[in-house]
Amino acid sequence: MKYAGLLVMPAGFFLTVAALVLFPASAERNFFVLCGLAVEGLGLGVAVRGHMLVRGESRP
Amino acid sequence: MNPAVPVPPAPVFTLSETAVALTLALLLLAPLALAGLALLNAGFGRSRSAAQALLGDLSIVSVAVIVFAAVGAAIAGNSSAAGHTFYLGGTSWNWIGSGPLFLKSFHIAPVQAQLETLFQFLAVALGAMIAWGSGADRWRLSAGCAAAAVFAAVVFPFGAHWIWGGGWLARLGANFGLGAGFLDAGGAAMVHAAGGLSALAVVWIVGPRRGKFPKEGFSTAMPGHQVVYVLFGCLLCLVGWLAWNTAGAVLWAQAPLTALPITAVNTVLSASAALLATFTVTRLRFGKPDASMCANGWLAGLVASSACAALVTPVESFFVGAVAGIATPLLVELLELALSIDDPSGAVTVHGVAGLWGLLAAGFFAPQAGQLLAQLIGIAAILGLIFPVVYLLFALLNRFIPFRVDPDGERIGMDLHELGGGAYPEFVIHRDESYR
Repeated sequence: MKYAGLLVMPAGFFLTVAALVLFPASAERNFFVLCGLAVEGLGLGVAVRGHMLVRGESRP
Repeated sequence: MNPAVPVPPAPVFTLSETAVALTLALLLLAPLALAGLALLNAGFGRSRSAAQALLGDLSIVSVAVIVFAAVGAAIAGNSSAAGHTFYLGGTSWNWIGSGPLFLKSFHIAPVQAQLETLFQFLAVALGAMIAWGSGADRWRLSAGCAAAAVFAAVVFPFGAHWIWGGGWLARLGANFGLGAGFLDAGGAAMVHAAGGLSALAVVWIVGPRRGKFPKEGFSTAMPGHQVVYVLFGCLLCLVGWLAWNTAGAVLWAQAPLTALPITAVNTVLSASAALLATFTVTRLRFGKPDASMCANGWLAGLVASSACAALVTPVESFFVGAVAGIATPLLVELLELALSIDDPSGAVTVHGVAGLWGLLAAGFFAPQAGQLLAQLIGIAAILGLIFPVVYLLFALLNRFIPFRVDPDGERIGMDLHELGGGAYPEFVIHRDESYR
């Protein structure tokens, strides 16, 4: 979970870069950049979830 | 894609002699921000770790600066240095500087390039210090220095080159028509956002302090041991930030000297609005204002101003600071209670989130078309590329130099365990209730 989320985040970044290269039109470019950020957000969410402590489990 | 080849730098504007003298004077005041942050880091920790916290700040600054001089400055480059470029989609992407190692030929570089490198020296020191406060009371000094070396050698220089060294983020305007390219005059991106996200990586790797999250019930409150240090650190930070934002405006936003007073006014307004907003939120939530949280709000306002103080109007700056001040106490609470993130100094929120908010606000309020998209792409690079790289590098480093102190060291305090003596030898250190 921890590493899966962190690996998804660069995918979002490359989506934003691809948007720059592939879409000269403003609307499509904006949409894909926002999609890239959304993918990064999802990855961050998964990483946060993977690092959260579960109540009752062994902890320092 | 072509192999990487060095390309000459783009033409840059040159500073007048007056601007050079003023910028140098401002950069000599900027280390007050480091002093303020060091006091904040020490004050937010516990008394049994205070000396280790302050020595750690000094050590981290020393390591970061030396490593940056040896390696990082060559990667980061400056506006008059060449860079390596590849071609993709018919566009050149300047991704890494090609300066000499160990600052060779620094003394014969143009004075503007020297000032830019000096700015980056201070920036890398501040960025490396940010995570130290988040690992307070359990992060070993040697591991902190090693993490600072990684930050100064690899993480910071790439981002600094992309933003300040004529890299691909700075060229978004020229290459893709996105405003003036990614704008960050005060270091909100590679100092604060990257530093705050490094803090998150550290917190995840070292884990929470012993007893912070008991098996049953809410998290244990572990207030900082010296709120006076914290609040005085905030005042020092104000002076440092005023110098930082105005020097950055001259160097990176090409602001004329006549634009510096409004940059300073915007910096103060943002911090003040943030403080009052945090004061009000904590007053409403807890019945009384929370001094530590107000300090965090003040700092969040300063951090948010780093990206946009040179670009916005005073009213807009007030708004930026107020949003940062409202969000700070709510996010600190959310991170601790809901997400189990034990961040004693609140750096993840104060530097990470407020830095990203400032970058976004610069895009909202900038007059150029496409500026918001340029800012979003810069944010995507920090969040989607730099943060995972920092985490993986720190996790790898943790295998060789364990970040977390052993349980006995944490129990007796980092001062005794790592330095052999406490910061307050005449005080009786009481037993921590959380160890019962």
